[in-house]
Amino acid sequence: MLRRTVASGSSMMRMAKLPLSSRTALASATTLPRRHYSPAAAVKLTNDISLETHTDTQMASRDQAAARAEASAGSSAKAAAIIDEIDTSGRTALNAAYQENTGFGTRPIYMDMQATTPTDPRVLDTMLKFFTGLYGNPHSNTHSYGWETNKEVETARDHIAKLIGADSKEIVFTSGATESNNMVVKGVARFYKKTKKHIITTRTEHKCVLEAARAMINEGFEVTFLPVDEAGLVDLKELEAAIRPDTCLVSVMAVNNEIGVIQPLKEIGQICKKHKVYFHTDAAQAYGKIKLDVNEMNIDLLSISSHKIYGPKGIGALYVRRRPRVRLEPLFSGGGQERGLRSGTLAPPLVAGFGEAARLMHQEFESDQAHIKRLSDKLVKGLLANDHTNLNGSASHRYPGCINVSFAYVEGESLLMALRDIALSSGSACTSASLEPSYVLHALGRDDALAHSSIRFGIGRFTTEREVDYVIKAISERVEFLRSISPLWEMVQEGIDLDSIEWSGH
Amino acid sequence: MPATPSRLQVLSLYKQFIRNSNQFNNFNFREYFLRISREKFKENAPIQDKEKVAKLYEAAQRDLGVLKRQKLISQMYTFDKLVVESAKDQGDSRS
Ligand SMILES: Cc1ncc(COP(=O)(O)O)c(C=O)c1O
Repeated sequence: MLRRTVASGSSMMRMAKLPLSSRTALASATTLPRRHYSPAAAVKLTNDISLETHTDTQMASRDQAAARAEASAGSSAKAAAIIDEIDTSGRTALNAAYQENTGFGTRPIYMDMQATTPTDPRVLDTMLKFFTGLYGNPHSNTHSYGWETNKEVETARDHIAKLIGADSKEIVFTSGATESNNMVVKGVARFYKKTKKHIITTRTEHKCVLEAARAMINEGFEVTFLPVDEAGLVDLKELEAAIRPDTCLVSVMAVNNEIGVIQPLKEIGQICKKHKVYFHTDAAQAYGKIKLDVNEMNIDLLSISSHKIYGPKGIGALYVRRRPRVRLEPLFSGGGQERGLRSGTLAPPLVAGFGEAARLMHQEFESDQAHIKRLSDKLVKGLLANDHTNLNGSASHRYPGCINVSFAYVEGESLLMALRDIALSSGSACTSASLEPSYVLHALGRDDALAHSSIRFGIGRFTTEREVDYVIKAISERVEFLRSISPLWEMVQEGIDLDSIEWSGH
Repeated sequence: MPATPSRLQVLSLYKQFIRNSNQFNNFNFREYFLRISREKFKENAPIQDKEKVAKLYEAAQRDLGVLKRQKLISQMYTFDKLVVESAKDQGDSRS
């Protein structure tokens, strides 16, 4: 199609240059001369235009570095001076690393899989047809456009339900785990508010659960934030003791997003069943990555996020048990889509991508599991080979793809600044912008200094051994370098108690 | 029932998986598809059951279609090379 247009277009241009008389003579024969343009010539024309569109990522990293320097300078003069010094020396270390790597690229290695994951090309392949023609509203049932889209939506729902042993009718699509968590904490509490006034959750939950629970306090509810032990696990006896006759919901996350600790879901499920309270788990980091079964584990509500399983961002789901039925007040009022729990037109491209991502998590489960475990073991071994380092969270009850390590006497933020060639986070994505130490590590009983010096490493399906090797080498070199110039390390040597320091930037 | 493929057909399919995986511009996707292509063919190699082989062959052809389309997309929307990537380890360039 394209070739013909270009060819006929250029023939028109040539005609315009001819005198009028010959133009009319030619015009009568226009259908014939077209054949003179050989396919080879036409191909040459289209090939001149490159199909490649390149995204320059250097600019973004430069802008970010500048913004960070500015932000840190704003906090306090002393902190600024320290950060500046560390940053400058960090940059020296970085330059050394770059020089060594001449001939290599500049884009950082991605090791922040808990924040989000890259979209699997197979997921994109499923999504594309929704942008090229399959645009019907899945809720339109008067014509085939709606039907064909609806069919794809239901296939996706089946894939998503299958992974947790649920029925597809029990899956409600939402915009992500944040919405699912809000729906549960606010929705269940509001529905039962006449008789029940108490919610139980833990201190290491994601911000969206903690904030939703806090919002319910303002609506007259009581919330128990259970502590965790130093491995990050909840005490089952304490949990059982916290349940009251007016407790409506227990919300405990499956896999922690900062330390990768897996909570004893089956045991919690049993306790909740025994006391007839609803059990919700935030499985954003667990879904598809550890074995989950809503029936075996007595889970009544479960939150899922698509972008943590190599699916598109902006979609997630909530599993809501049908037998016995869990009731919740919807957050949105509207057309009554999704069993009336979540009104609004679905986003079929996102739903289908999410479904394909879930299908792939099932299909590739063993392969992913083995790969992630192997790289994780290598990374942990390599990092802990450095002095004064330790792994945060339980060593046995953990998802291997999330590794949180503390490097004593190194400030996490300055290590991150010195590691611009690796995309990492010093904890949850929402707190990494500030210098506030992680509340999750605090809940584990880590002191400020150690919480400050922790970094989270995320390994996924697309992480390679070469990247892990690079990270081990880069971290080891720069930890050693930063320690050698660290004011903290100096203070320790001078006998100053690090706990007496007030951290600014709250 | 789909026809059972010959040994040669399976081998040719395998070669195409490797070739197309190699043509991804994105380092991580390239390495991943190379890894699982090898893994999957190795895992399924001992299967004798004709019907099973035929089914796998059919499914693999669909997967190859995905790979062919997505490697082209990866070549169209490109990014800077990673710090672990040297200019020379970019697999085969254009198809
Ligand atoms: C445990 C946990 N819950 C909830 C979320 C939020 O998910 P979403 O981005 O889908 O709203 C995240 C991701 O940051 C998470 O790790």
